Amino acid sequence: MTALTDDTLPVTPQAVRDEMVVFGLMALLLASVPFTGIYPFFVMQALCFALVACAFNLLIGYGGLLSFGHAMFLGTAGYCSAHALKVWGVPPELGILIGTAAAAVLGVITGYVSIRRQGIYFSMITLALSQLLYFIYLQTPFTHGEDGIQGIPQGHLFWIFDLSKPTVLYYVVLVGFLAGFLLIFRTINSPFGEVLKAIRENEPRAISLGYKTDQYKLLAFILSGTIAGFAGSLKVFVAQNASLTDVHWSMSGEIVLMTLVGGLGTVFGPVVGAFVIIAMQQYLASFGQWVQVIQGVIFVACVLLFRRGVIGELAHYLKRSL
Amino acid sequence: MQALYAQLLVGLINGSFYALLSLGLAVIFGMLNIINFAHGALYMMGAFCAYFLLSLSGIGYWWALLIAPIAIGIFGMVLERTMLQWLTGLDHLYGLLLTFGIALIVQGVFQNYFGSSGLPYAIPDYPKVGDWNGLQGGINLGFMFLPIYRGWVVIFSLVVCIATWFLIERTRLGAYLRAATENPTLVRAFGVNVPRMITLTYGLGVGLAALAGVLSAPINQVRPLMGADLIIVVFAVVVIGGMGSIMGSIITGFALGVIEGLTKYFYPEASNTVVFVLMVLVLLVKPTGLTGKAA
Repeated sequence: MTALTDDTLPVTPQAVRDEMVVFGLMALLLASVPFTGIYPFFVMQALCFALVACAFNLLIGYGGLLSFGHAMFLGTAGYCSAHALKVWGVPPELGILIGTAAAAVLGVITGYVSIRRQGIYFSMITLALSQLLYFIYLQTPFTHGEDGIQGIPQGHLFWIFDLSKPTVLYYVVLVGFLAGFLLIFRTINSPFGEVLKAIRENEPRAISLGYKTDQYKLLAFILSGTIAGFAGSLKVFVAQNASLTDVHWSMSGEIVLMTLVGGLGTVFGPVVGAFVIIAMQQYLASFGQWVQVIQGVIFVACVLLFRRGVIGELAHYLKRSL
Repeated sequence: MQALYAQLLVGLINGSFYALLSLGLAVIFGMLNIINFAHGALYMMGAFCAYFLLSLSGIGYWWALLIAPIAIGIFGMVLERTMLQWLTGLDHLYGLLLTFGIALIVQGVFQNYFGSSGLPYAIPDYPKVGDWNGLQGGINLGFMFLPIYRGWVVIFSLVVCIATWFLIERTRLGAYLRAATENPTLVRAFGVNVPRMITLTYGLGVGLAALAGVLSAPINQVRPLMGADLIIVVFAVVVIGGMGSIMGSIITGFALGVIEGLTKYFYPEASNTVVFVLMVLVLLVKPTGLTGKAA
């Protein structure tokens, strides 16, 4: 099996420093958005998807596991948060916690099943599992079927932050995104992350070195699912609804596409990819089904011509790790 | 009991489609090491091809059964020559991503022109032999009423599946194919044109999908998204059966169709999900799938 990224650079203190600098720039840039007059709803939505794509990238880019069902975490956390907020009337912080916890539990169960097979089978299993959940959500009453859960109250986070104010909500989402991003960043550069990369490059060798690779993969899967779920819970406050679209396989495909466009196995690629894809959907919304066709074309073009993605190409050109 | 037999028949028909599609996936995976995500879209194109043949040029079902698989098979071969062949030597996952993109393009284009609703395609009413009006009508078997077309789909699919099995496991061409799956470089050294064989194999797999599409057109109507959800179920079938054996794919396909049919009778709420639940159970008990080879 050939490696996904053909020019993985070793993690050096310099690489980590470079990445921290870029992280700082990104945080500054995002923090200044409310002063620029850019529609904050768009950026918030993109941030939620960027976090999901980063979580997905943790699995594919560093563990070599292509999950084609990450929408199930997004959707499950969304439904659970939405239900808790609207029906049980819990405060926002508890709603986020409930959604994230639900995604974590789902990650334990689906991870235990899906890491039993590798490569292509892993992708098919995750896809099938997310389709299973899709049908369950289609039929259970609490999700309200095709209508979804709508009109979710935003409330006050920690009794102080009024989430119905766009600017407050924006900074809450931004802090959530940055926290999730840092957690992933820390994981990639930890000994645990190094073992994951070893498994991606050569699993039999990692096993022969004494690593219980299944446990590593399971933990990575749970972590990825949990973070994706956290993003899904945040998204509930932005969109104020939770619907079947978030669990559908096409959503899983979009998450894959975002990461592919930005660059598989790059730290910042998924963020860039998410902004590109969400912006594209925003501007091309009037073209109807052609958006799907364009997404397909981007998939094909990325795989055939542009496998490193935007950030991957940039990193290759600068000979830096990004 | 009538309802039970009817659901069993529906199950057998779905099983026919699962078998034809998973067979094609297995054949393609064997030679190209690619999971063909576009399989559902190509199945849909088969059905649309039959629809166009009838509505534009008046060519009926029986010719469509021959022409559609060849036409879509050629389309598949063009895809292989222009795109898939460049993925040789890369990670398997790129094949999945590329074919997913192709599926999005094809489904998007068709949805754009035909919406999401179904186009009707009539069961053929010719040739007329005695009381028989082609494949229309039905026979009373005593314990149930059998619509002729549905019986035909099951039997014809079974014949095609077994013919494919025979082609691959029992003929000289099949022997080359199996050898090239094991060791393409060596087979090439013997003077066999392996790249051409790969193209033909992809065409064969795609042709089987298109054939399934034509067969399903009179039953399920012709819809742009008819293959999108089906392909995910077929993936689960493939995970359950494993792609190691041709006969394994055929048997698993039919068996799961029947189980799904039985579920529709005994516990309809679970009929959408039963195949996925079975997949989970099989993975827990025997992670390599029923027919065994680890990937």
